[in-house]
Parts: sequence; C-alpha cells; structure tokens
Amino acid sequence: METSAMKLDGNAIGGLLLELFGVEMTTATGVCGSCGTADLVARLEVYVQAPGTVVRCAHCSAVLMRVVRSPDRTWLDLSGLRSIELPL
Amino acid sequence: MALATGVRWSFAGKDARRVNSEELLAQPRTLTAGEQRGPVAQAPFRQARLTWLVAEVTGKVDETPRVRTLTLDANGWAGHRPGQHLDVRLTAEDGYQAQRSYSIASAPDEQLAITVEKLADGEVSPWLVDDARDGDRFEVRGPIGGYFVWQDDGRPVFLVGGGSGVVPLMAMIRSSSGSARMRLLYSSRTLEDVIYRDELAEREGHGVEVFYTLTRAQPPGWTGYSKRIDTALLREVAWPAADRPHVFICGSTRFVDAAADGLVELGYEPESIRTERFGATG
Repeated sequence: METSAMKLDGNAIGGLLLELFGVEMTTATGVCGSCGTADLVARLEVYVQAPGTVVRCAHCSAVLMRVVRSPDRTWLDLSGLRSIELPL
Repeated sequence: MALATGVRWSFAGKDARRVNSEELLAQPRTLTAGEQRGPVAQAPFRQARLTWLVAEVTGKVDETPRVRTLTLDANGWAGHRPGQHLDVRLTAEDGYQAQRSYSIASAPDEQLAITVEKLADGEVSPWLVDDARDGDRFEVRGPIGGYFVWQDDGRPVFLVGGGSGVVPLMAMIRSSSGSARMRLLYSSRTLEDVIYRDELAEREGHGVEVFYTLTRAQPPGWTGYSKRIDTALLREVAWPAADRPHVFICGSTRFVDAAADGLVELGYEPESIRTERFGATG
C-alpha cells in the first residue's frame, strides 16, 4: 500500500487523545514546531500503521506527536509541537 | 494485520452470554464535572473520560453483501452528536484485544447503531459483519470527535461520501429536522455496494437530495453519474459557494482529497470543509 493511502487524519485518534488528555482534542489547535502552521488536530496527518501512532503537520510533514502503547503504559512524545490550544 | 485472523472472540462471541451480566454492567463509570447525562444532542465539549461500556447487539440489517448495521444497547451511553464515532473492543479467550473505530450511523434520538464494512483480512470487521448475533456482547466507548460533527444552524449542508464514508453522513441526514437544505453526493463502486439505498430513496425529496456516482459498473439505463468525483461533477451538484454551506466529506484519503480540492477550486473556503479519512484497518 502506498504511503498516501495509509494517511489518515486526526479524527482517527480522537479516542486515543480523549483517553490521554481527558478532553475532546480533535478541535484543539496545534502549532507546528518546524513551520509554525496552526491547524486543528482533526486536520493533521495521522499514520497508525507504525509500531506507534505518528502525527505529522499537514503543511510541512514534520512529526508533531508520537504515541506508543504497551499493555501497562503509554509513551507520548510531543516534542514536535510548539503549543496546543484548547477551546473551553 | 493478518496477525490474529481466526481468533475466537470469547467476550464478544457466544461464550460472552455465560458471563454474569450484572458483574459486567456494574463497572463503575465516573462522571466528571460538566458532563451531562442528557439523552440527545447536548453532548458537552468536556465529556467524561472515556470508559468502556458493555454493548449488546439488539438487531442487525444487511445493507450490502459486505456491510451490516448493528443496533446496540449500551447501558450508560451518554448520547452523541451526528458525525461522531465510537471505539469497539473485542477480547479473545487468551486476553488478546483488538480495537477499531466505527462511525455512528444512528441519529441521537434513535437506537445506537454502527454500520460496518467487512475487510477481507481484517480481524474485527469480519466478526462484526458475519458472526455477531443478537445478544452478543462486546465493549464500546464514546462518543468520540468534535470536529466532524454537524450542528444545524439552518445553513445548507453538502455531504460527500465515498463507500462506507457515507455512514456518519447518514447520521446527519437522519438527524435533520428538515429546516436545513441537504444534498448528498455518494460515490460507490456499483449499485449493489450502495449502503442505505432504500432509506435514501424514501428520504429523497424530503429535505435531502441524493446524487449517485457509480465508478466501477452501472446497471442498464443508469441515469446517475458514472465517474470519479472531480471539479466538473462538483460544480453540477454542490450548492453555490455563496450560499455558505456546511460541507462534510468522508471516505478514503484519495477520495477526500479529490473532493476537497475540487470544492476549493469552486471557491469554497477551506475552513468550511470538514473532512474525515477512513483507513483500511479492519
């Protein structure tokens, strides 16, 4: 399967993020640490076929988030994000 | 993901009926501040932390040879908004678990229902489509999502669905009070692959207009479209951009990108277009 067909979007990780953050996150805005583009989480590129989940900027493809789960813990890397803004 | 095909889903399968239902249904569910227990529509932005609930199959409808709708009774379900999805979790006898997301097909005031397409090498969808029977149980959590959600404000709605991408759009159609004008452009490979065909025919003209395009094969005398969605087709079917319609596009990545790009070409604001990409994780 070619890469473009494996690309999903942030809707696909709504449950995962709700579980981790405790609030609905697909309508949060993430700012890319590489190019500065602000985008709704729902519009980010998501790849779930890797051993973990990889979220990329839809503008410059930089990795914004990585989530790896094991039976007893979750590892969350947000180093590619400059900020996350949540509507209240 | 051929890893676990052939797994016997014990919690979900027939053995599940031997599980003490009181025990299962008594799983605690914590309410957090701000959560509303209302039956419909008012699903709050801040919702409870996700909790797995036991869902029991109460009915099924064969939509196409590969697609089935399951109605579910999930004690503790807090209601949903049209366009949201839920997670399904199956547990095998040895404790192995598999989890997938499915769009909710029902309107908020109807019995909770999901519509599932069977993927040949999937490990969850074949069980849901072929094996799940009334009384079978598995776990669900949700509702999930706040972006691909329709809220009726009277503006016209343009729905674009590819294949099983029509499912969350159907929840929106079923939720409509008729005050907002709706159009559905539905791309399917063949007429036999069209999900909800009878219901869409009944609803046609009652607040929703339906346009089909069949991309692989067309029956004799077919008067609908027969090509992949492009700008020319969208120009014929979509509301004028000046009407400021809400747009929801759901399907494969390629389908969604083609439809969204076409609408932007026609002058739609990218921000007015909400998209959801379906993947082949079965």
